[in-house]
Amino acid sequence: MCDNKISTNEALIPHVAKIINVRTQTHDVKTFAVVSSVDGGVMFDHMPGQCAMVSIPGVGEAMFSITSSPTNTAFKEFSVKRCGILTEILHGLEEGDEITVRGPYGKQFPVETDFKGENLLFIAGGIGIAPLRSVINYARANRDNYGQIDVLYGARSSSDLVEYEEMTKEWANDKNFNVHVTIDRAEEGWEGNVGFVPTYLKELAFDNNRTAVICGPPIMIKFVLGGLIEMGFNKTQVYTTLELKMKCGIGKCGRCNIGSKYVCKDGPVFRCDEIDELPNEY
Amino acid sequence: MKKIALANMNALYEAIAKDMNLYVPIDNKASVNYAEWKQGDTPVFDKMTVRSAKDAFFPQCENMSTFSRDDDNRIIIDKIKLTEKDFVVMGIRACDVKAVAVLDKVFLSEPVDTFYKARRDHSILVSLSCSRPEETCFCSTFGIDPAEPKGDVAMYIVGDYAYFNACTDKGEKFLNGVSGLLENANDTDVDAAKAATREIMTKLPLHDVTTDGWGAGVLEEMFNRPEWEELSSSCIGCGTCTYVCPTCQCYDIRDYNGSNGVTRYRCWDSCMKSDFTMMAHGNNRTTQLQRFRQRFMHKLVYSPTNNDGEFSCVGCGRCVAKCPVSMNIVKVIKTMGGKK
Repeated sequence: MCDNKISTNEALIPHVAKIINVRTQTHDVKTFAVVSSVDGGVMFDHMPGQCAMVSIPGVGEAMFSITSSPTNTAFKEFSVKRCGILTEILHGLEEGDEITVRGPYGKQFPVETDFKGENLLFIAGGIGIAPLRSVINYARANRDNYGQIDVLYGARSSSDLVEYEEMTKEWANDKNFNVHVTIDRAEEGWEGNVGFVPTYLKELAFDNNRTAVICGPPIMIKFVLGGLIEMGFNKTQVYTTLELKMKCGIGKCGRCNIGSKYVCKDGPVFRCDEIDELPNEY
Repeated sequence: MKKIALANMNALYEAIAKDMNLYVPIDNKASVNYAEWKQGDTPVFDKMTVRSAKDAFFPQCENMSTFSRDDDNRIIIDKIKLTEKDFVVMGIRACDVKAVAVLDKVFLSEPVDTFYKARRDHSILVSLSCSRPEETCFCSTFGIDPAEPKGDVAMYIVGDYAYFNACTDKGEKFLNGVSGLLENANDTDVDAAKAATREIMTKLPLHDVTTDGWGAGVLEEMFNRPEWEELSSSCIGCGTCTYVCPTCQCYDIRDYNGSNGVTRYRCWDSCMKSDFTMMAHGNNRTTQLQRFRQRFMHKLVYSPTNNDGEFSCVGCGRCVAKCPVSMNIVKVIKTMGGKK
């Protein structure tokens, strides 16, 4: 699907990156924009869906999806949810601080092949919007290559919505582009939809003439996939991403091995019929 | 074929160690393991090493880079120098030679692991034809002939002589380098010894283990077999099998935060350990059954699926000998298949 050769001969040695902007998205999600500390560039090229290893030396290193689109040639962005040791300390960093980044790793969404000419339906929950934002902005930048685009996005509450401003003020204003936002429980002042993502999906009653891309908590993926099948989608029309523990990023350390696949290099993007061939261990 | 009298082997070690590092099996009173040869050492060639030769290419622990901070708190990365000196590993049995080929498939496939590649590029494997296979040996299950090991040079110890045959150009060059110490011999000089070894193999308790039922493409039927429960119930998740295994290559990457900055290193890890797949938000293998199954499915199904049918077990028998609860891959193979 994509050439995931790493051009340097040092796949495990990172670049030093400088944080040039921090956006606070929610109480536990921040988006970091980074550039190379050496030349101010983007360090490496990537495609939507690919990931990178982000590290604070002495603290740890973890894999994050690159949420910025490859069409953004000024910097790379990572949206990070605070949920462990590394992410806790990352959240304390500010503009000007340095981290390390290595990548890109993994397979991309087939934006230049299978997605081309298709209507696209993106379904995300919570921080699951991060990897999809890269595809969405890539598709917006190459608008003529794709048909109708719909984004269905849900979060626990209005204060848990990531990239809300971008999706409502920029994406929703594009031609042939609809954004459907939902939150789990009713809130004062919220005029949008209330309800879980799988329920809202059924209410929106999309036809199956589109390619769907799902990312979110495993339970949401499960019910959304079930919903799509009921709506007449074939698994070959549905893509998602898997997330397993990773250390090396190049298919050797063994952590993300599932069946005969390594999520870091054979994924994280999988078509749902490919996932059926994996043991149920994700 | 060349030979040297065993009485003169020390001269050979000296000649090799002059320009290269030489690793041989050494009895350090606690165990027999590969160690760098020093003057006065007598290699032990008739015992199986507790650990395989994988340390020579993929050490248990190795530094990958160091990080420091300048006065402005900017990160400075210093790379660790890759191996530059040639080295010889002498005395590797056929099973362990095959294991290096298994590791090559992992580490030398794109993206190449530069640390491993540097060591392989600088290594010369002098293998050893088995004369005393042990009762835990089952290399023949995987089509390995212990009497005819590969590597760069094959070594046969027969009677009062060590015989050498080059198997690669690298091996040829190596033998030429020490040709002054070697005399000519006939290939047939070692035939009787080889036949004797093959004869022993047919009498070993595990000689009839086969890989029937295992291999590429049997994921679904093997993964869901009920036998995993009983097989895994005794496993204490100690990881011994993975450490002594010549083909296990899972590793961890960690930072050591010391007074002189941060050292990033990698070290062997084990898929049998409870936190191996633990993420900040959860763990996809929470039971020992799942972890136990992962190790054996990887060796007997996933690896063959990805590598043209090649298993990532070489039948060295170390896990059979060392497991503290006497569970092992042979029992797994035989319980769900594997017998004629």
